[in-house]
Amino acid sequence: MNPVPVLQAKNLVKRYGHVTALDGADFELRAGEILAVIGDNGAGKSSLIKALSGATVPDSGEIRLDGQPIHFRSPSDARRAGIETVYQELAVAPAMSIAENLFLGRELTRFGVVGRVLRILDKRRMLEEARAAMADLKIGIRSMTQPVETLSGGQRQGVAVARSAAFARHVVIMDEPTAALGVKEGNMVLELIRRVRDKGLPVILISHNMPHVFEIADRIHIARLGKRAAVVDPRRIGMSDTVAVMTGAMRPEDIPQECLA
Amino acid sequence: MRSSLIALAGAVLAAGAGAQQAPVIGLITKTETNPFFVKMKEGAQQAAQASGGKLLTGAGKTDGDNAGQVTALENMINAGAKTILITPSDARAILPAIQKARAKGVQVIALDSPTDPADGTDALFATDNYRAGTVIGQYAKAAFAGKPVKIATLDLFPGHPVGAQRHNGFLKGFGLTAPDAKATTLGTAAEVVCMADSYGDQAKGQTAMENCLQKNPDINLVYTINEPAAAGAYQALKKAGKEKGVMIVSVDGGCTGVRNVQAGVIAATAQQYPLKMAAMGVEAGVAYAKGGKKASGYTDTGVTLVAGKPLPGVDSVDAKKGLEQCWGK
Amino acid sequence: MDTHALPHDETPVLPASTSTEVAPALAREPWHFHLPSLAALGPFLALVAACLFFALQSDRFFTAQNFALVAQQVMVVGLLAIGQTLIILTAGIDLSCGMVMALGGIVMTKLAVESGLPPALAIACALAVTTLFGLANGLLVTRIKLPAFIVTLGTMNIAFALTQLYSSSQTVTGLPDALTALGNTFALGGTQVSFGVLLMLALYVLAWLALRETGPGRHIYAVGNNSEAARLTGINVKRVLLAVYALAGLMYGIAALLSVARTGVGDPNAGQTENLDAITAVVLGGTSLFGGRGVILGSLVGALIVGVFRNGLTLMGVSSIYQVLVTGILVILAVATDQLSRRGGRA
Repeated sequence: MNPVPVLQAKNLVKRYGHVTALDGADFELRAGEILAVIGDNGAGKSSLIKALSGATVPDSGEIRLDGQPIHFRSPSDARRAGIETVYQELAVAPAMSIAENLFLGRELTRFGVVGRVLRILDKRRMLEEARAAMADLKIGIRSMTQPVETLSGGQRQGVAVARSAAFARHVVIMDEPTAALGVKEGNMVLELIRRVRDKGLPVILISHNMPHVFEIADRIHIARLGKRAAVVDPRRIGMSDTVAVMTGAMRPEDIPQECLA
Repeated sequence: MRSSLIALAGAVLAAGAGAQQAPVIGLITKTETNPFFVKMKEGAQQAAQASGGKLLTGAGKTDGDNAGQVTALENMINAGAKTILITPSDARAILPAIQKARAKGVQVIALDSPTDPADGTDALFATDNYRAGTVIGQYAKAAFAGKPVKIATLDLFPGHPVGAQRHNGFLKGFGLTAPDAKATTLGTAAEVVCMADSYGDQAKGQTAMENCLQKNPDINLVYTINEPAAAGAYQALKKAGKEKGVMIVSVDGGCTGVRNVQAGVIAATAQQYPLKMAAMGVEAGVAYAKGGKKASGYTDTGVTLVAGKPLPGVDSVDAKKGLEQCWGK
Repeated sequence: MDTHALPHDETPVLPASTSTEVAPALAREPWHFHLPSLAALGPFLALVAACLFFALQSDRFFTAQNFALVAQQVMVVGLLAIGQTLIILTAGIDLSCGMVMALGGIVMTKLAVESGLPPALAIACALAVTTLFGLANGLLVTRIKLPAFIVTLGTMNIAFALTQLYSSSQTVTGLPDALTALGNTFALGGTQVSFGVLLMLALYVLAWLALRETGPGRHIYAVGNNSEAARLTGINVKRVLLAVYALAGLMYGIAALLSVARTGVGDPNAGQTENLDAITAVVLGGTSLFGGRGVILGSLVGALIVGVFRNGLTLMGVSSIYQVLVTGILVILAVATDQLSRRGGRA
């Protein structure tokens, strides 16, 4: 049984002038998993994610979504293909309401001429669907009309996650989702990420927070020097060994076979 | 022998060239665009051509742009100007730059409005703004001939000496007690039922007049600081249906304003002579360059009352005559 | 739940089985939650307070005729403020609005009077000129990426120079009736109201509805509130900004029409202080200069506040310098209230 990976990349190369950010990087995301991508600065993990989310176009290499080759020229292309990204800065408009932020850039308009020509918004429908999306992930915020800036950091993260989960069809990418949060709220977001996975959406998680990575990831993709160094199983390998591979202290060849994933 | 002949020839040539070098005179107006200053520039250019002087011109960007005038002043002195004619945008702020110029032996003459204090410049050629207000006040007094009057004044803005002089002169000419020509505050009187600021602007003058009419619908005489304000006042009166029963007087004598006198919009205006100011200034510049004598003191460049309807006891010229001497287009 | 040995914090991880809520619901909205709506009401309350004050000072203030007068006096700045509000909502600013309006006024009057164009065509040309000017502002802001303050500082001077050159600094008079038609009035409630005021009110309502109820309207708020977020969610930020600046230019052209109708002339020196007047109206109306927040009807209230003070102080016989003082104090109060209410609303 070898199911087609949801998202797969082979031999990605990306150069910025003299700097080679991606040096033949491979990548594979399986259905129903949370895949953590870790790597030191300059390891190429952000370039990898940018290529997968359409923010940059790789110089060469192949990306396949559900087995089909794809060429993203912009983040909108990736969104249209069903890949949603939760950015580190969250990309929410603080003064606008939760419902408005959920539908930012893809607002629902009323039916008929009123909607198509005048572009009048169907605010009621957006409120209802926002409520449904938040309830789906069991995020307990009552009012969808309150401005996002009145929420705590973890709740704002919840809004951003709910937005991506509501619109994603294939993949959700999360960039440092717990970075700015305290312990309690960080754990709340981890629980949220599990619920996204349980909805059937595989999650790519970029994080520097090793404890969180080890708590939540099904597999860990270690990026190093613009390539994929190894993919390990957090249940088998230890945190210090993982960090050693990440920094180059341990060679990928030296990873015991049962720790690989 | 030959070398000394050549030296003598060279010296004669040099002396001749020096004697023929045209006196350089700088004219700095408040702005480039106000037709008043455009006329002044014209007058200066004509006078410079006639007397063989070389004219440099400059201005600030807007009314009140002191820095622009200071820059123009410095540049002109660098270019060799020995006389500067200036209409100061800010009567006090320009003084340091003028002092520096005078210390270098440059003659500085104020045109149209003085510096504060007035002896900051060598001389002043300007309209007597107090007198300008007085003549229109006298005209209005003759027109009303003792009938009850309710006056509205559309002034410039608080603190401006010219605004105060014209306003107070008008009150004096009308026969009311008024501050003297040196005052910078506006005088009041029982007959003056409304004082509002127009900033010399037509639209703002209209708003000021409307508000005054709202305060006192029986206003029958309006003093305005200049002709654009008067045009705005007329517009407000017309909208209220009152234009026939209210007399408007003004100051300036621009061609547009005089045409308004012809049309009956303005009853009388005190005409001033920017061209004369500039011409006198250029003459003083040439005289200083040639003879080394500076102009001094205040010279009144004159004010003429231009009125649509002549009244006994008040000297005036008609609009046709006014158009011959007007400035602007 | 995996049994891997994690370095534990003291705070226990939420047990997944029992808790059904990831974030606790707000038990009760804190009192500072309601400040934002107060902030929106603030300008209106200030206007009402001012009216009450002046009504007590002069019996000529509180009449239908006086209110119609004030409405007429603020209609030009009010219209400029519509365009200015749109731009300020995107965290931009437009210093050129008054000068562009003057240019529009000169274009329409000179074309109608001296070039003999039919008035409707002259007006259309003027609107095209001001809209293009706005578009130019927008292009400089989006393509060359210059700050709006700098761009409009430059175009303000360009518009002024063009106006003076084209008009030879002369006022244009003798306008055909069609150009001043919006200054005509009709009877309403015992007084005369000018059509221009109606047009201004109609445009305000239109703008308000568009900003509240349409996608593009909400995008304007998003771009001003967090332009990076707008970009990342797929909003074409450049297109929104271009549209806003061009639309504002159109508003300035309509303001020119109103100004011409009100004064009856084409005045090349019009609009010299109107840029600051428009910005003052927008700020007094509660719109934040940082973008993304504000109700456009507030700008109308802001313009009315200034107009009411000018009118009321004249009726009281108080020097206009106090009007300037009061305006300055009100601006500080408006901005302070906006800042405080936002700080209170944040969790």
